[in-house]
Amino acid sequence: MKPVASQPEATTIEAVFREVYGQAVATLGRIFGDLTLAEDAVQDAFLVASDQWPARGFPPNPAGWIVTTARNRAIDHLRRSDRGRELEELINTTDRLGTETRGDEEAAVPDDQLRLIFTCCHPSLRQEHQVALTLRLLGGLSVPEVARSFLVTESTMAKRLVRAKYKIKAAGIPYRVPAGAELPARLGSVLSVLYLVYNTGADDLERESLRSAAIRLARTLADLMPDEPEVAGLLALMLLSEARMPARYEGGSVVLLADQDRRLWDRAKIEEGHAIVQACIRRDWPGPHQLQAAIQAVHCNADSFAETDWPQIVALYDHLYVLRPTPVVALNRAIAVGEIDGSEVALEALNDLAPDLDGYHLLHSARAETLRRLRRFAEAEAAYERAAQLANSEADRRFLEHQIQSLQQECTH
Amino acid sequence: MSQYLLSTYSVEGEVRGGPTTPEEMQGFMGRIVALETEMDASGTFVFGGALHGPDAATVVRVNDGDTIMTDGPFAESKEHIGGFYVINAEDLDEALVWGAKTAEATNHSIEVRPFRATGRAQA
Repeated sequence: MKPVASQPEATTIEAVFREVYGQAVATLGRIFGDLTLAEDAVQDAFLVASDQWPARGFPPNPAGWIVTTARNRAIDHLRRSDRGRELEELINTTDRLGTETRGDEEAAVPDDQLRLIFTCCHPSLRQEHQVALTLRLLGGLSVPEVARSFLVTESTMAKRLVRAKYKIKAAGIPYRVPAGAELPARLGSVLSVLYLVYNTGADDLERESLRSAAIRLARTLADLMPDEPEVAGLLALMLLSEARMPARYEGGSVVLLADQDRRLWDRAKIEEGHAIVQACIRRDWPGPHQLQAAIQAVHCNADSFAETDWPQIVALYDHLYVLRPTPVVALNRAIAVGEIDGSEVALEALNDLAPDLDGYHLLHSARAETLRRLRRFAEAEAAYERAAQLANSEADRRFLEHQIQSLQQECTH
Repeated sequence: MSQYLLSTYSVEGEVRGGPTTPEEMQGFMGRIVALETEMDASGTFVFGGALHGPDAATVVRVNDGDTIMTDGPFAESKEHIGGFYVINAEDLDEALVWGAKTAEATNHSIEVRPFRATGRAQA
């Protein structure tokens, strides 16, 4: 049967695509200074690959093959497009680059990708454009895929990408890794884009492609910037969250950490995440992502919810609050404090935060849970209902509706 | 090398954060002179200036050969360009560095905008 026979090869091209797409777009973008041309050429090269590779076998260096084929395609395209003088100039440039990098392709490519990440996440672009560019150009996600994940129509997402690429070109956003004093803020904007992509993926089990794109890019970034512990911290944070994804949803509803079947957690990811957190602790240069990863590591270490090392978690939240004094951090800290000092104390802290976080569903679901433990059922139900109104994912809403139902049964007993 | 417009906007004639006392004015002019000296030394400065308010503006239109003049600015807006620089910069990052220096010297937000074309149009 033909489809069965070609199946493994198709998945291998798929794997090459995931691994190589962003690198190839980055390299072509650097050579031609035009991201749309780069994207089109790389897509063409993959079409040629899916045509030729199954019959002729894989080339020894698939990444190099894709880059070379895409480069030739781009030159063909330019030759056809009646831009004589510009073309000549470009061919001279690419020939020069070609001789410089020949035999050294592997080393040249990763730096291109790093440059492109910083271009896509340039602070002169609005964040929704940064996210769209990163997923499309580096993550290799299709326009419909990106559009679906961010709940906008395909044409809206296509326009967003066109506008963002226009601004990169027109405004002259450079294609380079920022140096020195600029780096911390610029890296911060890259990390928030990757974390936003991951979290959007984590809202829905189906959005696996977003989560894996975020993890893949964080891994690339961690390899390319080994001296930045916050990059490692973000990678660990994602791995430790991802490890628990198999237990996080059941029947389309969220399962709370306390109720998750910990046997479903992915041990390999937990171990990798732990190793990174340990390495960060040895470096002793903590930052917000590293601290959040450390908190997740403590959760993953516990064999049951009851055995969680809550004092350690509160200490980590205290440290995080010093670096990021936000109401959301205070909320998470209050929940952890409640596990040590009891629900009365937790409720008081949550009530103090209510004015700042009134529009945030997790404040109301935490209050509801705490009120329920205090057997103040009517108030608990009102808080669950408020949370359900504000929840932004179907899985959260379904979870909250289950809570309201079980609460109603609990009060009648 | 590209060229960028760095512009500052005034709202109803007021440049927010602008100097109000003679001492502030002196400090302000000192910062502007220093900024422009630095722009000159690095080959960044192309042209620049401060504009009179929109009340001093006239819009000129030609309709069937008749020239029609209208008192006031073109845009029915509360915000109008108060002053600008045209600068040379390698790329947006370099232009943004000058934008930040200008914002610091003027104590006012600066819009950084790339030129699509500069110089004389070619037929």
